[in-house]
Amino acid sequence: MPDPTMTQIYIMGKAYDVPAGVTIMDAMEYAGYRFVRGAGCRSGFCGACGTVYRKAGEYRLEFALACQEMVQPGMHLTQLPFTPAPRAAYALGELDPTENVLLQYYPEIARCVACNTCTKACPQDIEVMDYIQAALRGDLARVAELSFDCIQCGLCAMRCPADIKHYHLAQMARRLHGVSGSPIPAHLTARRAEIEAGAYDAELDALMTLDLDALKARYAAREIEKENEEGS
Amino acid sequence: MTKTRYFPGCSLKDTARSFETSARSVMERLQRPLVELERWNCCGTVYSLTADDLMHHVASIRNLIRAQEEGADELVVLCAMCYNTLTRVARRVGADREALDKINAFMNLEPDYAGGVTVRHVLQVLRDEIGWDRLASEAEGMLDGIPVAGYYGCTLLRPKEIAIDDPERPTVMTDALEAVGAEPVRFPFAAECCGSYQTVDRRDLSLERSYRILRAARRAGAEVVATACPLCQHNLEDARRQLGERDGIGSLTIVYFTELLAAALGAPPERLPETLAARLAARAPTEGER
Amino acid sequence: MPRTRTIATEALRARVEEMSGENVFACYQCGACSSGCPLAEEMDRLPNQVVRALQLDDPSLLESDAIWVCASCLACEVRCPKGVDLAKLMEALRQLHLRRSLDRLPLDDVPRDEIRRLPQIALVASLRKKTG
Repeated sequence: MPDPTMTQIYIMGKAYDVPAGVTIMDAMEYAGYRFVRGAGCRSGFCGACGTVYRKAGEYRLEFALACQEMVQPGMHLTQLPFTPAPRAAYALGELDPTENVLLQYYPEIARCVACNTCTKACPQDIEVMDYIQAALRGDLARVAELSFDCIQCGLCAMRCPADIKHYHLAQMARRLHGVSGSPIPAHLTARRAEIEAGAYDAELDALMTLDLDALKARYAAREIEKENEEGS
Repeated sequence: MTKTRYFPGCSLKDTARSFETSARSVMERLQRPLVELERWNCCGTVYSLTADDLMHHVASIRNLIRAQEEGADELVVLCAMCYNTLTRVARRVGADREALDKINAFMNLEPDYAGGVTVRHVLQVLRDEIGWDRLASEAEGMLDGIPVAGYYGCTLLRPKEIAIDDPERPTVMTDALEAVGAEPVRFPFAAECCGSYQTVDRRDLSLERSYRILRAARRAGAEVVATACPLCQHNLEDARRQLGERDGIGSLTIVYFTELLAAALGAPPERLPETLAARLAARAPTEGER
Repeated sequence: MPRTRTIATEALRARVEEMSGENVFACYQCGACSSGCPLAEEMDRLPNQVVRALQLDDPSLLESDAIWVCASCLACEVRCPKGVDLAKLMEALRQLHLRRSLDRLPLDDVPRDEIRRLPQIALVASLRKKTG
């Protein structure tokens, strides 16, 4: 009688029985794989665990983060722990934010055929094609805005028929936009001035004198923001 | 009732910004404002010429879907290359249902393109909808008698099926400029290729083609050359700057036809390209001569 | 040893006709295409000679520079009295290279300053015609 708490998946073509309802990463470790590459924060933020998979009976390849995606019966998967996409070398302070600066460093942007494969490959639901199109137009602000959630997993660049390095050029855009485009937040400037003026020195000094138990007690008793009624 | 949207194309948002801004001011004055699509992508610039290639049409179809989504049945364009590519792709899928089905199936995240969008160039709108009389009535005399050669390039006129005018003897651009007071200059290279994309890695080819076009315009008496394509504009200006000492081509003013129309319709000098403003200022009679 | 890519030379005409949808034997070598081509003088083979080479199934055509000098201006297509779309034949010959990753434009070697001076429209078009 088949165990309902287990399911069969295929890791790089080999069949394994793994617990049902766990993440791909947990399932792979259960199956005996030890991650020396392709694992990081295990929380969906670092982009190390890019995974390509196919569901049983379907022809399409799909893309996810192993630490976030749950296994499904008959899933076929492999990991892509690294994308050999070259990153342009530049000194941010020396860049001239001319309209086509992104094209200068990543001219293959001009090869985009708007096929949308990159968007389909993104585990973060980013409109990747749209930001590449914005890059083609020299709209740095829009590239920065649309690519904000990028975790540099590299799946877009792996799938792109034009060999564009989406995540690298987007990072360049965000950095450039931060330097030359976006306004400096006033509250940040104010807070920094406070710190430099010593407004928090006394509190920090006091904390430094505490022993480990006292610190733990303080931590446990810290003020925590309540979750929203709707669930945040 | 035709609902229209405007498709800019990549260049008009940065390198050819003045093409769009001048066109906007002209079209607003003619009460036919350009309403841009909310979302669009590069059309591809060139039409893919192999029979088995559908992938390179996807970019253009996506834009037609964007127009369709906004309820538009007409997409107006300024860039001649965008006009050529979008029009030919629309015709391709209009004539080949299987190709359309395949492209629609590939773009599984998009609504299907149903085929109902017509692509038109601004010159067609000016000629067929606004009319030269109306255009003439709006002119304020800034261009009076200035000899302008209309340079069409390739993509507005070839292939024949999509040509906005006779490919061998086009007049639509000079008709528009004549309506607002310019003196049209006919010259033999008006539809000869400027060298197009060869400027990237075979710059010598585009410089030579463009130089010959400018020389022919100059010999025919032109002081100004009007263009309708950001790549033609770039190539002609490149030749003017690099080879300006030859045959007097350095003295030509090369601008988009919409910049001339904008000038004719009363745009202040600070809104015109410097070279054009300077030329018009030099022609204007002084107070004592009026 | 790096893998060398080659283009098969058998049945060149048949493959070009299939990719282009054109009948090369409709051409009767009147030369209108060559006389109207703005880049003919830069070509190692004239446009009508390209069609002739296809009619003769001459594989040396694949080595010619003419197909890369072509700017797809379509003056040939408009003028051909037999309606042969020579631009499509040129495109098919280019695609035979590009589909084998035999790119004509080595993008990695284009200096940054060159890209800086170019409108993106030029780059997009050039890459569509000279890279696969």
